[in-house]
Amino acid sequence: MTGFLIRRVLAGIVTLLVASFLLFLLVAVSGDPLATLMANPNVSHATIAAARQELGLNQPLLVRYWTWLTHVLTGNFGTSTTGQPVGAELGGRLLVTLQMVVPAVILSAIFAVLVGVVSAVHQYSVLDHALTAVAYLFYSTPVFVVAIMLKDFLAVDVNNAVGHTILYTIGQNTPGTTGTGAIMLDAAEHTVLPVLTLTLITCAGWSRYQRAQLLDVLNADYIRLARAKGLSPRRVLFVHALRNALIPVVTVIAIDFAVLLGGAVVTETAFGWEGMGQFLLNGLEGPVSPDTNVVQAWMLVVAAIVIAFNIIADILYSLLDPRIRLA
Amino acid sequence: MPEPVTPVTAGGLAGRAPSGTTPGGPAASRGQLRMAAGRFVRHKLAMTGLLVFVLLVLVSLIGPVFWKYNYIAITNQFGTGPSVQHPFGTDTIGHDMLAQVLEGTQTSLEVALLVAATSTAIGTLIGALAGYYGGLADQILMRFTDLVLIVPVLAILLVLSNRFAKEADSSLYVGLMLAVLFWTYLARLVRGTFMGLREREFIEAEHAIGASTGRIILRHMIPNAAGSIVVNATLTVANAMLTEAALSYLGLGVQPPQVDLGALIAAGEGDATSLPWLFYFPAAFLVLAILAVNFIGDGLRDAFNPTQREH
Repeated sequence: MTGFLIRRVLAGIVTLLVASFLLFLLVAVSGDPLATLMANPNVSHATIAAARQELGLNQPLLVRYWTWLTHVLTGNFGTSTTGQPVGAELGGRLLVTLQMVVPAVILSAIFAVLVGVVSAVHQYSVLDHALTAVAYLFYSTPVFVVAIMLKDFLAVDVNNAVGHTILYTIGQNTPGTTGTGAIMLDAAEHTVLPVLTLTLITCAGWSRYQRAQLLDVLNADYIRLARAKGLSPRRVLFVHALRNALIPVVTVIAIDFAVLLGGAVVTETAFGWEGMGQFLLNGLEGPVSPDTNVVQAWMLVVAAIVIAFNIIADILYSLLDPRIRLA
Repeated sequence: MPEPVTPVTAGGLAGRAPSGTTPGGPAASRGQLRMAAGRFVRHKLAMTGLLVFVLLVLVSLIGPVFWKYNYIAITNQFGTGPSVQHPFGTDTIGHDMLAQVLEGTQTSLEVALLVAATSTAIGTLIGALAGYYGGLADQILMRFTDLVLIVPVLAILLVLSNRFAKEADSSLYVGLMLAVLFWTYLARLVRGTFMGLREREFIEAEHAIGASTGRIILRHMIPNAAGSIVVNATLTVANAMLTEAALSYLGLGVQPPQVDLGALIAAGEGDATSLPWLFYFPAAFLVLAILAVNFIGDGLRDAFNPTQREH
């Protein structure tokens, strides 16, 4: 196990290094940060040349990559074009996105397993068909459509019914809130709708997966044996079937968690959260586009998170499934 | 040491994993294809999906020819609700929403079909080469495939769009960008199928009678993978529509003067409470199209894999 872990982490680091170079190339070809400056007729050639010099853009690509990489390895992600250190900002933004993604993943996992189990056990019942229909609907609905419906229709009605705002539709908190309890309540009120949005979409896919996995297991011979030897249906389901059917679901959840962190940009935009995704968008849409240090740091951090969660998924798989021996 | 088996999820925001088909069975003969077609025709949901999808394609292609308003034409009705004159209402600038939604549907479908066709070709080619040759070629191609998946597809698209979506004819560029990122799941699927087929007797027999590599791949191996390829291509259409719409919603997809459904929804978002028709008509068309494609995909999977239904 330890040997496997070491090899897997080393392989992950190598992958991350290769990826870092490819991502650096990607950002480099995606645009010239000085394009806006050059399009301005009032800016002299000398100014542009000076800016180019300052950003190090007149150096060869490989030299630029090496400079960036060595800085990153010492924990220095550089500064954005507004002069803010990128590393600190990215850390803060990550926390904002986690405020949305962590509750969504926990809720999605719980509901996906519940829905999947109920659907599989009562296969082809009215309930199963209804849950299937709902899952299909959300599986086929873009995340921003769900977000708009929740904030522009549900939230308005709920807030009107209550008489004051309890479901906030913009931002991750109200700036200037004081007192621990008030801050927590305020954050919760801001988090409800984004979490609901992500949960509805995520749960649709996961619950179908859980259902299919459980059905596969329920049709296996050892389940028939367990039933034949007279175990209670409850015991067969929870002790024999579900434990095995959960294994692939857990690993998918681990992998998707990382994908959700990087993909939350749409939900963040819909609800005006200043999270990770918005940071990337700002780095691309600002006057200086791309804001190279911001975009590169974002890509590298997300790639590292994805690789880490893939390793975690492998470890979970081996821990849960004794048939897989990691030597 | 056996590689730990991790279930593969496709890209996408919430890991929408298309459950692929498993390979197997002898070469798909004409009889098998006919049987699969028969099973598909009997699949009610899939046929409904197909009907809806064909209707959407026809309406979005033919509708603009006959409808009295052009999608860029500006009328003297500003933000009016659905009426006989404007069945889908008008936006605050005075565009007829029916014309806009028809044009948007056309663009969204065009992009999605382009993505599916191109990424299927790339994925089949890379998967076929890796699976057929194995060894070093396989190692290189599969490591490359893994690398493509390391950053969420949407983020790479955003960075690429920053440059390419600004070109004229942006929908073509958006489609190609998506295609370049959407082939990985199929490549793995085809590779797996080919690795299994490579060891089969009928392929050995082909080698023995001196058949060329191209002939073996095209005539014997690809037909055997046809089921998974077709199912995956269908699900790619749905995935592409979701991702393309998200890109447009973020403002980095299809650019004016072209419109697509994602851009229309984004434009209507600000007025969704007071002028809800600006939101729900494009949203309904988008969801309907994706739902239809998903039903077709499901039907195809059941048709090609009668023993391995998703229950």
